[in-house]
Amino acid sequence: MNPYLNDEHESLRRSVREFAEAEIAPVAAALDEESRFPWENVKKMAELGYFGVNVPKQYGGLGLDYLSYLLVIEELARVDASHAITVSAHSTLGTSPILNFGSDAQRDRYLPLLARGQVLAGFGLTEPGAGSDASATRTVAVETGSGFRITGSKIFITHAGVGEVFVITAVTDRDRGKYGISSFIVTKETVDREIADRLGIGHAPELEPFTPGVRAGKKEDKMGWRASDTRELLLDNAEVPAENMLGERGQGFINFMKTLDAGRIGIGALALGIAQGAFDQALRFTGSRRQFDRPIRDFQGVQFTLADMATEIEAARHLVYHAAWLKERGLPYTRAAAMAKLYASELAMRVTTRAVQLHGAYGYTNEYPVERMMRDAKICEIGEGTSEVQRMVIARNIFREADGAVA
Amino acid sequence: MKTVVCIKRVPDTEARIRILEDRNAIDTAGLKFIVSPYDEFAVEAALRLKESRGEGEVTVVTVGDPAAGEQLRSALAMGADRAVLVKGESSVDGLATARALAAELKDMGADLILFGMKAVDDDQQQVGPMVAELLGLPCVTVVTKFEVADGRVVCHREVEGGYEVVEAPLPAVLTITKGEYEPRYASLKGIMAAKKKPLEEKDAASVESRIGVQAMSYPSERPAGRIVGEGPDAVPELVRLLREEAKVL
Repeated sequence: MNPYLNDEHESLRRSVREFAEAEIAPVAAALDEESRFPWENVKKMAELGYFGVNVPKQYGGLGLDYLSYLLVIEELARVDASHAITVSAHSTLGTSPILNFGSDAQRDRYLPLLARGQVLAGFGLTEPGAGSDASATRTVAVETGSGFRITGSKIFITHAGVGEVFVITAVTDRDRGKYGISSFIVTKETVDREIADRLGIGHAPELEPFTPGVRAGKKEDKMGWRASDTRELLLDNAEVPAENMLGERGQGFINFMKTLDAGRIGIGALALGIAQGAFDQALRFTGSRRQFDRPIRDFQGVQFTLADMATEIEAARHLVYHAAWLKERGLPYTRAAAMAKLYASELAMRVTTRAVQLHGAYGYTNEYPVERMMRDAKICEIGEGTSEVQRMVIARNIFREADGAVA
Repeated sequence: MKTVVCIKRVPDTEARIRILEDRNAIDTAGLKFIVSPYDEFAVEAALRLKESRGEGEVTVVTVGDPAAGEQLRSALAMGADRAVLVKGESSVDGLATARALAAELKDMGADLILFGMKAVDDDQQQVGPMVAELLGLPCVTVVTKFEVADGRVVCHREVEGGYEVVEAPLPAVLTITKGEYEPRYASLKGIMAAKKKPLEEKDAASVESRIGVQAMSYPSERPAGRIVGEGPDAVPELVRLLREEAKVL
């Protein structure tokens, strides 16, 4: 029992867990090794509704609450983080800015395609010189008669290759600092057009013509999340019509910060899922691995480690669900989201490291999933705001509260 | 076309089963339960029949304690239209369960009654055929695939070394095994819709259970595996052991 979850949440969790264990667990190791995007499973997840969990029904989503969405992420990550980030990046980073800041015309055009997972979406904020300091954006949008001509490069963009719809930031008014950054919707063809045509997912002819001058750059060879698609997104004199500006001019940076606030809870849930998955593996292994004539979990040293892992996972779960609970009620949640992400992602690193240790030398091989989980955990401390940035956000909010303002 | 699928709540096949101290029941505390996998094949079969005909109604029924409502909801989430929970004891006496079910089924007007080939907890394979007997209906067991046309059902059965095709008039009782009917996952939409579908609770007809469990025990532990060597050099020894010790060659 848990104060945040109702029966519907529980049955949703059960069904995602069942799917993940049956369809993802058997292929996760191979996808990781080959760094291959899981198109077949993306199609299945799209059919099950995973790509539009909290998108309103009028746009073809399921219209469920944010916690339902987080449970999907958590349960996918419990088995494979790459599948989880695929749903997460699409939903919180790619889809939610259009939902939250888009015009009616933009929502009607893009959301139905995104909510049912027909095409994948991404979010282009990070640049070579603008990481934690997103206000240092260099990508520039020059006004033409009919819109903007955008040039710049975005890096480490989830779905830059496989996706077709992107929300990006560019400087429209250089002298206005972070209030000179605007956001735009751009499109490009998926790099996996052949697979998309064969499986009937990943491409939408109705998006054509795609934005001229937008293309995917080289694919990153990553430590973890290897089955997720991460590339550069290059904009070379991309001709973007005026109606593709997302939200008000000059609000791009501010809106992206809001998007990241919610995204952080998502990464918190993802990290929580990795930790739970590694813990479950460790629990099983220590029950079956025998040394000195008994299962190793009969030893107190192992028990203490398992007890600590379980306790910290429970704490992370409450932080993550609580942040979602605040968000759902329209209460301020910036601090809670940063705390949830910070704690859960550092926990995921700690728990996966201990899970490998409990597996002994077996844990260091790819025969057991904890090796992959440990690699997958690390990026949670970096992506969508590093742990250091989370601490800055938390401190800023603490000071603000101490000074009498609302956190 | 009305199809009724009878399902059973059983412990998760992956769960580690513990026997209670007094040795005649398993410890259900904290135990995870599922729809018996063969029953899921039956639900899937019923849903596909309805989809291929473009009409019909699928009702799921179980006999058991109120907790079995969870399994009925799972079937509703897959796509069944309504559910009936016959509140009674899920007994080890197959005839008692069959009587309780038959009492419920006799007035439901089903054209087709489906069961899983067996429940994966007690493996008795009794209830389906017994219900058919009690209702005076033809019964086809271990069905891998079936088609319905002109008031008849044509069933493909798995038999030793091959298949046979049999037909029977409707209404009929079939017990389904894994074949064509890989069960679907409940979509998130299906799960939400399941909450709003009717789940009726009824008290079971009073039926005496004449069989009781006397004792339960764990299977003997499997000995640890043995590595006889590596590479081609180990083959003769492995063959010898497989022939002389394991006696499988």
